[in-house]
Formats: sequence, structure tokens, C-alpha cells
Amino acid sequence: MSMIPKDLKYTASHEWVRDNDDGTVTIGITDHAQELLGDLVHLELPEVDSEYGLEDAIAVAESVKAASDIYAPVSGTVVEVNEGVLDAPELVNSDAYGEGWLFTIRLDDEDELQELMDASAYRAMLEEESGEDGAEDDDDFDAEDEDEDGYDDDDHDEDDDGDNGNRKGRK
Amino acid sequence: MQQTALHQRHLQAGARMVDFAGWNMPIHYGSQLNEHKQVRSDAGLFDVSHMVIVDIHGPGAKSWLQQLLANDVARLTTPGKALYSCMLNPEGGVIDDLIVYYRTDTCYRMVVNAATRQQDLDWMQQQVAGFDLTLTERTDLSMLAVQGPNARARVLSILPPDQAATAASLQPFFGAGIGDWFIASTGYTGEDGFEIMLPHAEAQKAWDALLAAGVAPIGLGARDTLRLEAGMNLYGHDMDQTTSPLVSGLAWTIAFEPEARDFIGRSALEAEKAAGVKQRLVGLVLEGKGVLRSHMRVVCSHGEGETTSGTFSPTLGKAIALARIPVASGDGCEVDIRGKLVPARIVRPCFVRHGKAVVAL
Repeated sequence: MSMIPKDLKYTASHEWVRDNDDGTVTIGITDHAQELLGDLVHLELPEVDSEYGLEDAIAVAESVKAASDIYAPVSGTVVEVNEGVLDAPELVNSDAYGEGWLFTIRLDDEDELQELMDASAYRAMLEEESGEDGAEDDDDFDAEDEDEDGYDDDDHDEDDDGDNGNRKGRK
Repeated sequence: MQQTALHQRHLQAGARMVDFAGWNMPIHYGSQLNEHKQVRSDAGLFDVSHMVIVDIHGPGAKSWLQQLLANDVARLTTPGKALYSCMLNPEGGVIDDLIVYYRTDTCYRMVVNAATRQQDLDWMQQQVAGFDLTLTERTDLSMLAVQGPNARARVLSILPPDQAATAASLQPFFGAGIGDWFIASTGYTGEDGFEIMLPHAEAQKAWDALLAAGVAPIGLGARDTLRLEAGMNLYGHDMDQTTSPLVSGLAWTIAFEPEARDFIGRSALEAEKAAGVKQRLVGLVLEGKGVLRSHMRVVCSHGEGETTSGTFSPTLGKAIALARIPVASGDGCEVDIRGKLVPARIVRPCFVRHGKAVVAL
């Protein structure tokens, strides 16, 4: 089972939320989410000072496999984004709750935090989703966006070219 | 869902398993990126046992294949030589792409895609009437691919000396039967290496020996980014029953000579050529930020096209794609990434070969 720190709040769409106790929260994606996505290669983060409503699409995480929307777990104004993950998206894979944080939001309404799941509720949700054969088929996360190469479709595999020498630079 | 003979080995190696064309297959063993780099820099091991091996035996084998395939097996005159070809429908659409190995004039081996297995076998069976041959699907064989700059040495190191000598002597794009095994110098990554067909009962032992020799297991995820960097088409994405080889970057695989060879799809392709081919399959390198995926709109100087495959290229550190665009397009275009037009460069569809970038960055 993935890491689920007890001091954070969680969403059903696999974002984590850390209450900074100063009217702001820091947000990232969970260890479970990064596992499902696979190696991250690109992130689109919101602009500082931009405003988002609850559950608005606020960022995009692109892995080698798929693009996935990240949703605002609370409504508010973006006050800081993690420039570090723009240069090194792999930080989200290696340290989802630390160096891999994504952005900080100033809350419009602190009560919205009460609507989020705590660690045990999030864990229970993951366990329910994974069902009996937890090793597979918990792919709802990466199905959100345009996962055309999701490997559960009609992919192929075939080989090299035919006539060697006949093909542009192939062996 | 079907499992390969190596299912337990995948689980032991920590694979994340997915459904792939009805098979439970490893998508990665922890990190697709690391696996990709492993193949480009060293050697990787792929279980591709889901692929379909069909043996064709009989005096009618050669003439049947000359009718069935757009490429001409008469080009194969040296035993073991392999040929890449499309199998077309009468409208010139691609039923599948495949490799055929020449063994003798009455014995060929074909490898087709797992996702198209049933339609391929049905189509082949329909075309058999009037030819003296038998088709045998080799469900008794597993298939491994070992790819990377060190793949050759690692494979040779696990073979008995006489077999190693035979494998070592294979020219590129050749195969040879070695006892119950069939070893071919083919692949789907743009790297040196072998593909090995062998009895299921021996697959685990071979897998273990290759891992012990320093080859790392590689999932289907990296297989896709590797083939895309190498500019190799993926059936169902870059071509299908509705697209001809002429608009799929596969014109080089069509043997129009000799004119008398009336292969299935020929007249449709000739008509398409006579009317003027409207589109071509090209490579794209994204100039701006983002990742290319399949089915993105491509805006070109003379109309619009669409990406057919796309990914982040670990070797280039940029997004790349294959795209079908109007023939008369220049050097640049724009790709619609979630509503934003991002500039991309149009290049020959081959991005990486033998670990090195072959497009200007």
C-alpha cells in the first residue's frame, strides 16, 4: 500500500492538502497517484495570483504514459508554485509529499478543509477501489484524460523493418 | 485473461501488470524511464510471448505469400532472411504489419500482432483456398526480445558454444533455427539485439539465465517509447484497415515490381497513386513545452493533420510524435495540446538510432 501521511487531507481524485495554519494550504498528488501515473515528465502549474473554484482543473501532470488533470481541492488564490518540479518532474515520483509539492493556495473558505478526507478515509477508499486483486486495475486516475496509449487497448508490437538497407537508416 | 509462461517471473520482478490484447502483461517493473534508458545504454529483456507465430508449410507457401503480402517474399533467397510487410485488404488498408522469415521455398514463419490475432488468422484462412499449404499457429512457443548495445554479447554468453556461433553469425534481419529455438537478429527498439522463440518449458530458464547475465526486464511501456523514438509504426495507431501504407510511411514496404504480381490491395494502391497520394506520415519534434499524444490536431501550412502516436522521448528530452499530415507541408506546424497551439518541427520519422539522436535538437 502507498504511503499516506496522517497529517494531511485527501481528495477522491488523489490530491493531498497540507494545512499551513496561516490561511494557506500546500497541495500535491499522492504517492498512490504518482504510482499510477508512472514517471512524470512534464507539469503545467497554475499562475501565481490566479483564482480557482473548488474542483476546477488547476494543473496537468504528464507522465510517459498519460496526461492527467489535477483538480483544486479547495477554492482560493494561488500564492506560490513549485518551480523545482517544472525542471525536475521526477521529484513528484520520488518525494510526492515533500520536494514534489505543486502549489500553495490562499483559502477562500477554511470550512472547505472539513470536506476533505483524512488519512484513514483515503486509505479505506484506496482499499475499496483496489478490491481483492489489489495489484492491478486501480487505473481510474489515469483514465481521466486523453489516455489513448493506456495499454489496455489494441496496441501492437511488431518488429523492425523488412529489407535491411532499404530503409532510411535502419539496421 | 491469458498469461505467458513467464507470468510468475514478472510478478517476482515487481511488475505492474495490465490487460494488453487479452493478455496479462507487464507495463513496467518500477520505472518506465529507467527501463527505456537501460535498453538504450545496456541491455533489456522483453517478454513478447503474446505475439502470434504462424508457420506456413507446403509447396504453395511461396505463391500464397506473394498474393497475401504487399512486400514480395521472392526477394528472400537466403535461408533465414526476414522481410517486413503489410497484409492489405482489397481496399489497400492495412490488416496488419508483420515479419516473415524465409526458411525454404516451402517453409516460412510469420510473426503478427497479438491485438489483431483473430482477424489475421481469419483473413489468412480465407485466402488459403486453391493453395497447397498448411497454416500452424505456434501456441507452443514463447518469445523473448533482448535489445540494447550489450544485448548481443549477453545472449551469446548464455548459449552453448555451437549455438552461440550460429547466433553470432546472423546478419541483421536474419533468423536461424537452433534446435528447438529460433533466434533472429530483429527487434522493435532501434538497438542491436535478438528475438528468441523457444518452447514454453524453456522460457523461465532462459529468462533466469539472461537476468543472471545482467539483462534487465523491460515492460511494454518502454517498448512503446523505444519503438516510437526509433520511428517504427504501431499497428492500430499509425496505420489500420482504413489507411494505406502510402499514407503511413510504409511505401518502402510495397513491392510494385514485378508488375505481374497481383497481391491483395495492389489495384487500390495503384489507383491511390494515380490520383495522387494526399497525406504522409512524418515525425514531429515539439519545440514548446508539453507532451505529444495520439489524436492531437496538427495545423500545417496546407491544411490539418493528426498525430497517430506521441510521447515524451527520454533520449531527446522532448516530446515527439508520428503524425499524418497533408503531403504539401513545410518544415513547421503547430499541435493543438488541450486547446493551445504549440509549435513543432516536421522531421523524417526516425528520432533515435543506436542510442543517439538522429534529429537535430
